[in-house]
Amino acid sequence: MSEVDLIIVGAGPAGMSAAATAAHGGLRVLLLDEQPRAGGQIFRNVGENRATRGWLGKDYASGARFVDALAHPQIATQFGATVWRIEPGPRVVWSQDGVSHVSDAPHVLLAGGAQERPVPFPGWTLPGVMTAGAAQILMKSSGMLPKDAVLAGSGPLLYLVAAQMIDAGCPPKALVETQTLGMMAKALQHLPRAVFGLPTLLKGLGLIRKIRAAGVPRFTGATQFEARAVDNADIAFSFSHKGRRHSLTSPLLLTHQGVIPSTHMSRAAGIKHVWNATQQAFEPVTDAWGATNVPGLHVAGDGAGIGGAETAAASGKLAAINVLHELGRISADQRGQRAAAAKGAKFRSRAIRPFLDAAYAPPAEFFAPNDATIVCRCEEITAGAIRQGIAEGASGPRQVKTSLRTGMGPCQGRMCDATVRGILSAVTGNAADIAPPRARSPIKPIMLGELAAMAPDQEEMA
Amino acid sequence: MNIASRFQTQPEEGPLVQITVDGTPVTAAANMTLAAALLAHSGEASRQTMSGAGRTAFCMMGVCFDCLVDVDGTPNTQACMTIVRDGMVVKRQSGLRGLGGGRGDV
Repeated sequence: MSEVDLIIVGAGPAGMSAAATAAHGGLRVLLLDEQPRAGGQIFRNVGENRATRGWLGKDYASGARFVDALAHPQIATQFGATVWRIEPGPRVVWSQDGVSHVSDAPHVLLAGGAQERPVPFPGWTLPGVMTAGAAQILMKSSGMLPKDAVLAGSGPLLYLVAAQMIDAGCPPKALVETQTLGMMAKALQHLPRAVFGLPTLLKGLGLIRKIRAAGVPRFTGATQFEARAVDNADIAFSFSHKGRRHSLTSPLLLTHQGVIPSTHMSRAAGIKHVWNATQQAFEPVTDAWGATNVPGLHVAGDGAGIGGAETAAASGKLAAINVLHELGRISADQRGQRAAAAKGAKFRSRAIRPFLDAAYAPPAEFFAPNDATIVCRCEEITAGAIRQGIAEGASGPRQVKTSLRTGMGPCQGRMCDATVRGILSAVTGNAADIAPPRARSPIKPIMLGELAAMAPDQEEMA
Repeated sequence: MNIASRFQTQPEEGPLVQITVDGTPVTAAANMTLAAALLAHSGEASRQTMSGAGRTAFCMMGVCFDCLVDVDGTPNTQACMTIVRDGMVVKRQSGLRGLGGGRGDV
């Protein structure tokens, strides 16, 4: 007999809102998160910072309510807990302080969120090149402010980070953006629907106004990124803009091209995935409640498809309501009634997505970068080597991996899967036929000794 | 080469801890991740790849594994997922790690 009714993996907006909903419905919840504190990346450390870092904005501060709601007697939380295997049952195998644990429950909700899309170009591995999200995490968790940074790429997060930097008193040196006027014009067809998400739209316009008012130079339609280390390890960042080559030197280059679902956990758990051509990423197949083809497994939040924090919170709530129903705590009618508000919130918060996806779509050069670009950061494998591997007969991600070791380093393909796929589809032209890369447990590296200590459990399972 | 941090660190209230990084004492806020403490201390590489290229923390959220360092004799520790602890002994990593759990193997 399980000690808990629901295990939730991930304490971001989806996981936290699901935990509160389930606990209020009478369920015993185990909430696991790899980070030391609740919040996920979007509300990172908000429990500690709610009053001290006003420059992060009121949307960030609003996350404190999710963290507060975890103080419920029916919710047990474990932080620093890395889930490395999901088994039928379902059972969740997780590691904490070098010791692995197995927890089972009738239901598991995967709410592992998203990661930033890799932005490969020559020099993206240099110290001094980071993701915009990484800099934001440092601002949130440690109050560290980027010095004279250049922000490069595309997407709403770039504007938010720029605005937060301005409010913190460390404005970016420049914004180098890849989206073009043509993309913006094409995106306008989605604007009528985006009106349902008017507050988000207005917030975005407000961020752009703030960046303009601060006098931060903006280059749009930029292409051909390249970074080079110069004196004192500063980064010389060059790019093409309106037919000219530009170069900006700064200690820090922060890149971003949107976010993609983190699918290692859901893929390794055997959940069916589909290619989302609009967002250029795989996502798990779920129903309106987040239920999947694997019995007992739900997925919610950005890990189920990119929607942002509000969508994540609503989808976490919907999954918890469905679990309450499946465990016989509420009737189908009650499920429908309780879900109404979250369904509305999910619809409104998703309304702006098609506009954003079209306006800030990543340019092709980041999916199939030039030959000199390192694609697999762990094994230092270039796009040129991958193209050569394909020319020699590698026809899918598995063959590329076997012949070149892409994705065999500690990040397990998290930084190169998307680009390997991009190069494959650019060469072979049959993007739709390329299956998602395999993900096997351990889905996060653990120490050999820890695996050995698990052996009796493994035999029991067999 | 002594490379200045790429971040300006605001004075944090609350307790501090002392760690050593390749023998150099470094002070950090007690609630900081090790990756943040390393980035606040210096802009130089915190590990070297097989080819000798320098790397620092890239994603800060456990995805990229570019922040791997040796912590108290345990190599391949994700600095961005580790909170600093008083007396922590940190070593930058260079090249390939052995399977023996660290301590001098290359």
